[in-house]
Amino acid sequence: MTAAAGTALPFSRSATWLWIAHRGSAVVLAFGVVVHLATMIYAVHHGLTATAMLQRAHATLAWPLFYGVFVVAVAVHGPLGLRTVLAEWGRLRGPFVDVGLAAFALLLLVSGLRAVYAITLA
Amino acid sequence: MSASTTLRVRIWRGGADGAFHEYEVERRPSQTVLDVVTQVQRRIDPTLAYRYACRVGMCGSCAMTVDGKARWTCRTHVDAVSTSDRLEIAPLAHLPIVRDLVVDMAPFFDKWARAGGSFVPTRTRKDDFARVEPSTRQRRAVDAAIECIGCGVCYASCDVIEWRPEYLGPAALNRAWTLHNDVRDGAKAERLRKIAGSDGCNACHTHESCTLRCPKHLAPTASIAGLKRATALAALKGRL
Repeated sequence: MTAAAGTALPFSRSATWLWIAHRGSAVVLAFGVVVHLATMIYAVHHGLTATAMLQRAHATLAWPLFYGVFVVAVAVHGPLGLRTVLAEWGRLRGPFVDVGLAAFALLLLVSGLRAVYAITLA
Repeated sequence: MSASTTLRVRIWRGGADGAFHEYEVERRPSQTVLDVVTQVQRRIDPTLAYRYACRVGMCGSCAMTVDGKARWTCRTHVDAVSTSDRLEIAPLAHLPIVRDLVVDMAPFFDKWARAGGSFVPTRTRKDDFARVEPSTRQRRAVDAAIECIGCGVCYASCDVIEWRPEYLGPAALNRAWTLHNDVRDGAKAERLRKIAGSDGCNACHTHESCTLRCPKHLAPTASIAGLKRATALAALKGRL
């Protein structure tokens, strides 16, 4: 940041990057949720058993890749949205909130990727 | 027009801890809300404080909350906003009340300054006039947003200001957008840094209350969307 940015809003650059991450992850999720719902509807309508679903999930690398990206997008998008809600409806802002939300993002990421691994790779 | 010949109008009196007082005024054809307030002050209670100047929708000084919605009162007919014989008039929301219907506009205009709302010239008076083609994309963007009269209706209608009082608000960001598209301006990069961030353009939720309520039919939401694109692009290029 240059000296001319002395009167910039606090953290304007990082806040803009978080905004880009939030909107970018929303685009990924808009696509991902449609695929996810279509997959669920297909599985129910075709009466697939749990065993059949697991077999198909293991059949190609596309599933772990798709759900891996899905989980990353959720871990980015959810906590950032929650950050806005907490700031605007709870007046909760600052480093303590950000640390808590980063921990929440990590929890979503680890538990989500663990589930993807268990269903598609293990 | 309502069949009733009188209008029972509740008007906010006092400061932030004030209360509504009810007055009865004569109802007339083509009566504006500002006419009603003026009638109360001239005929019933001369201590009523309110603000107006041009009375023709140019100066932006007479905005108030009419039946819960921010409006310019000089161009708002009573018949257009009230189907009954009642009317409620309060000061603009989101700004400190000075007294009665007068609010302190300083926080509103301070944010224009914080958003880099001043033109920064790149030429001197010795240079020739700048020639700006009316058909260019930038000039058309300026044209669409430039007619703001600074009435504060958008600011009072904005949900984000309610939740995030430090938010710059629609009018200040709309002003920044016109300057961002002004090819003569020399402070675009610095201005983007001033309006980026969670209290700047990125805070807008696109509720479009500002666009819905703007008496000049401007679209501050579109201006803010333009600033979001510009700040995101600047960040991606490492220029923010």
